[in-house]
Amino acid sequence: MDEASAKPTRTFRIEAAGRASRAAAFAAGVMLLILVLLPVFAGRTLIQDLIFLFYMLALAQCWNLLAGYAGLISVGQQAFVGLGGYLLFALTLLGGIDPLLAIPIAGVVSALFALPTALIVFRLHGAYFAIGTWVVAEVYRLVFAQVKLLGGGTGTSLTPSVTSSVPGIEWVKSLLDVRTPAARDIISYWVALALAAGTLALVYLILRSRRGLALGAIRDHEAAAAGLGVDIYRIKLAVYVATAAMTGMIGALIYLQKARISPDAAFSVLDWTAYVIFVVVIGGIGTMEGPVIGAIVFYLMQRYLADFGASYLILLGALGILVMLFAPKGLWGLVSERYDLTLFPTRRRLIIHDHGDG
Amino acid sequence: MTGWLDALIQGVLLGGLYALFAAGLSLMFGVMRLVNLAHGDLIVLAAFAILFIASKLGLDPFVAVLVAIPILFVIGFALQHVLLNRALGRDLLPPLLVTFGLSIIIQNGLLQVFSADSQRLRSGAIETSSIQLGGGIAVGVVPLLTLLSAIAVIVLLNLIFYRTPIGRAFRATSDDLEVAQLMGVDIRRIFAVAMGLAFVVITIAALYLGLRANFDPTIGPARLLYAFEAVIIGGLGSFWGTLAGGIVLGLAQTIGARIDPEWQILAGHLAFLVVLVLRPRGLFPRAQD
Repeated sequence: MDEASAKPTRTFRIEAAGRASRAAAFAAGVMLLILVLLPVFAGRTLIQDLIFLFYMLALAQCWNLLAGYAGLISVGQQAFVGLGGYLLFALTLLGGIDPLLAIPIAGVVSALFALPTALIVFRLHGAYFAIGTWVVAEVYRLVFAQVKLLGGGTGTSLTPSVTSSVPGIEWVKSLLDVRTPAARDIISYWVALALAAGTLALVYLILRSRRGLALGAIRDHEAAAAGLGVDIYRIKLAVYVATAAMTGMIGALIYLQKARISPDAAFSVLDWTAYVIFVVVIGGIGTMEGPVIGAIVFYLMQRYLADFGASYLILLGALGILVMLFAPKGLWGLVSERYDLTLFPTRRRLIIHDHGDG
Repeated sequence: MTGWLDALIQGVLLGGLYALFAAGLSLMFGVMRLVNLAHGDLIVLAAFAILFIASKLGLDPFVAVLVAIPILFVIGFALQHVLLNRALGRDLLPPLLVTFGLSIIIQNGLLQVFSADSQRLRSGAIETSSIQLGGGIAVGVVPLLTLLSAIAVIVLLNLIFYRTPIGRAFRATSDDLEVAQLMGVDIRRIFAVAMGLAFVVITIAALYLGLRANFDPTIGPARLLYAFEAVIIGGLGSFWGTLAGGIVLGLAQTIGARIDPEWQILAGHLAFLVVLVLRPRGLFPRAQD
């Protein structure tokens, strides 16, 4: 030890957060507070729009963790959105359980379904894995279409007694002086905000932990990571199950808000996987900032261009292709390369101080 | 008993259709390792092309397909040259995303041009005629032609792959991309030719898709899954394996449908998953990849 301290020409330290990210953390806190209080002064349309933005953001963050970090390019996440939605319907309509309690239960059950699913799809790699997950999602869809108690192939609706039994509705009604449907939207909004913020926090904590280092290593070079002793299979399984749980909860919330479910909509590859992939890629895959940017871009496109129907989707497809070919790191990649910005400090940097006087 | 025998025969014939869907995909995956998520939509696009040519020129679909084939060869060649060659590389995500985008563009483009109405290729009496095999079992002429065409396509593809210079280049790039390039193979052109060829197979598949059942712009993704399942069940690298995979899938679906009509598609998917669990590299694997 003495020898080392005898020649103190340089000191090293590992730093994660930079100045921008500390400012971002403060801004995020303020932002969260504003968003929580937003229903007090915002109209119902904005609240509904933001619910959509929040669940797209949460779904994108989950898919990014799967594909961008763990290298699990799944085209079958709609399996867990649909599963979560159907679980919410089963638990509330058939089980008489409180809708807000049904959401976390849907998350746990989705994780339990994800384990045996993983046993099958983890036998596949790369392209096979992608198609395998899609086929599994189709199996889920076809099986739920057989459940006559939940409406079979045509689906079913939540009864008014369920939708009005969401706790807190009366409280919101008297506090903000709104009607029942608006109060329901506000509760959904808070749940969506909690899920989006929770997903962000979870992904951030995972990436900052030891597991996160392993995930970053897998993202950068899987074989090298394995060579350095990362247990690839276990980490991938953990990520797959965790994202399935989050995706299931998001699905439960989406269908609590929609109050109507059908197998084709709940297990739609387009709505719950294709768009999510576009959000992640347009924003920037393999970073936490990317899905946030992508979700905002997608929301704005949806808000202002959705009236154009099919042409809007053609535009979205073309934008995805262009970004993938010409800016594969996405919009955030363009920004961060230029200004060296990090909002979510998940990377560790080595800081070297030179001491001239020794 | 007759019912089950009938189901087996119909299953094999249906397998012919799936083998046709799968042969083009098998070719793309074999030569350029391309996972084409737009494959089903391309088949539907080709079916609309045949429909358009047949109705504009007043031709029978079997003649219209001959007009469509060179056009689609050129489209395939151009698509690979301009777009897909840029997406191919070590990373799986770019081709996946680009073809996903293509799938959305084709689906919505077809919706705009042809609307969501169901369409069908009309070819007069041949559509409904069948051959009696005795014992109350009959096979439709179109399903039989489908299977025979699938076999013909596979024989031709094998001839091209193993008996021609371009086929040698296909096999070389498939075996080792870098070495093939070192030996002077222009892979960009080879890939474009392979895609053009795949589009010819797609057009033939589209003819039978349109003759056997109704189609509309949204049915592509389901055909993509059947095609993939057939390729993977059969095992990569062999066109005959793809035919076998298509037949396994067709049999699973007709047997499932025989038990309960609603189980047809589910039975096919489950058969695929069972094969994956037992033989992850398919029933007849050839390539080491």
